[in-house]
Amino acid sequence: MSRILQDRDERRPETHPLTFRLNDDGTPVMLDAYREQQGYASVERAFSDLTSKTLIDELKTANLRGRGGGGFSAGLKWSLTMQGEGIPRGYIVCNADEMEPGTFKDRLLLEQQPHLLIEGMILAGFANNAYQGYIFMRGEYVDAARTVQRALEEARAAGWLGRDVAGSGWDFDIALHTGAGRYICGEETALINSLEGKRASPRAKPPFPGQSGAWGKPTVVNNVETLCNVPSVVLHGADWYQGLSQGKSGDGGTKLYGVSGKVKRPGLWELPMGTTGNELLERAGGMRDGHTLKTWLPGGGSTGFLLPEHLELALDFDTIGKAGSRLGTGLIAVVADDQNVVSLARNLEEFFSRESCGWCTPCRDGLPWSVKLLQALEAGEGERGDIDLLESLAVDLGPGRTFCAHAPGAAMPLASAIHYFRDEFERGVTRGQGAAHADPIPVGSV
Amino acid sequence: MTHTSTSAPIATDGFVLHDEDRAAIAHEREHYPHPQAASIEALKIVQKRHGWVPDAAIEAIARELGVPPASIEGVATFYSLIFRQPVGRHVILLCDSSSCFLTDYEALRDAFFAHLGIGFGQTTPDDRFTLLPVCCLGACDRGPALMIGDDTYGPVTPEEIPTLLEGYA
Repeated sequence: MSRILQDRDERRPETHPLTFRLNDDGTPVMLDAYREQQGYASVERAFSDLTSKTLIDELKTANLRGRGGGGFSAGLKWSLTMQGEGIPRGYIVCNADEMEPGTFKDRLLLEQQPHLLIEGMILAGFANNAYQGYIFMRGEYVDAARTVQRALEEARAAGWLGRDVAGSGWDFDIALHTGAGRYICGEETALINSLEGKRASPRAKPPFPGQSGAWGKPTVVNNVETLCNVPSVVLHGADWYQGLSQGKSGDGGTKLYGVSGKVKRPGLWELPMGTTGNELLERAGGMRDGHTLKTWLPGGGSTGFLLPEHLELALDFDTIGKAGSRLGTGLIAVVADDQNVVSLARNLEEFFSRESCGWCTPCRDGLPWSVKLLQALEAGEGERGDIDLLESLAVDLGPGRTFCAHAPGAAMPLASAIHYFRDEFERGVTRGQGAAHADPIPVGSV
Repeated sequence: MTHTSTSAPIATDGFVLHDEDRAAIAHEREHYPHPQAASIEALKIVQKRHGWVPDAAIEAIARELGVPPASIEGVATFYSLIFRQPVGRHVILLCDSSSCFLTDYEALRDAFFAHLGIGFGQTTPDDRFTLLPVCCLGACDRGPALMIGDDTYGPVTPEEIPTLLEGYA
């Protein structure tokens, strides 16, 4: 259902490793067509030329950073996975639980190019000495599940999965695991619990999954897009991969960027890592007529708001981080000038509040509290002190106070909304001494 | 989220897993080193047949997998797409996350409430539809988006609701 908005002419093998094979009509690229276009060539190269160590070194040099939003070096993550004499072989888990608000990129890869993911997982399995892979996919991606299941059967029949993968003497298979809702499943240790058939509460770390993950074995969890980048790194090398970002970023590769909100042409584009927000918004045709841009989220509901002036920045992990937000998933959501930031903040905090697993007190109790305060401000019934209280809650929800990144993710849009749009929040304060009585922006005007 | 329903009394006595479902659960078990891992899939298999998961099914699944009923119950109550009360023939999942919110989700939600005469967590008196909110559907380029059963739609305007629902008897 997601569509890439670049024509086939623009998507070249040498510049668009993630999408060059995609059909313009959105039908999936299955095994025969995939094989004709360099498909599984990286696995052949890995088996003939590489060892676990040299593959991981190549990935480190390529500086492929986690595309699920964390931005952690994939090569480093793999190098920290326990393997060797006496250590049991473990698991490769693909995080295909795409639920970050505003994010629709993994859906494209799962629905239209399942073999690229399988190829990436085989390389991950080879590098990390795993014997089994799991694709943890959200239950709502019904079409993607069917397509991936078909692709797994094709790959197994062709000898790319199962016993003695492609004559290498190494066994590796992949199973599809579909979820049953809950955003928290996307947190990697919660995902492991869910895979084990438990409630999806995150785990305390350490131990990290690389030491003790699924069923106590070394486990690597990577996002769909991250794994889909690995084949081209292995096939063409780290230098080639680095060059894909065309000097726009210190990070290597391309990124599946996207735009949603009130733009003329919402969608997805594969572009060099470090492409600016301006170029992305231009590709999306700009704002719809009658709307101008007020603010934007760079990569999901758990990233901080930025201003129109920040659109000139490179959309990469370090640059957006320095601007006080996070690249997250790199799919931007635009907010128009007639849309109420307090209402949007309330919507976001309702989401995080509902999706909290309830383990840590700041998250379990702080998020519903923030929703109450935001609802009051939105209704023009806020009390003096409410905004300060929200700011202090945002600190208490911040990094280091909870076991996982759910609460810090919720705090980021809240704190930045107040930072940039304090006047909109103040318009909702009508009670208490000296409270302002200005007309609030109409509720629900988004 | 609270689920209320106007459906018939809950009949859970003498619940027996269908043979096909037992086979499907056994097949899922093979994918994992521990049978508990098949719990969510087992719940989904049972739900697919019955529309929801009655209490007695929890015990039946627990026996089938050899894990404590409390583990199955804990899982069944955690995940939002496992229904512990009867639902309508078609479940409508309305995305309420930020990108749909920015493309007029609230107007669509209110139109659904008015058209169906129910709120979230409720089922129409004719047992045709249950309406639930859902996390970002990953269809943000087509917001506001929703699912009916296995089908995803977007963007959907309030005016399109009657026609959209016609296909779901």
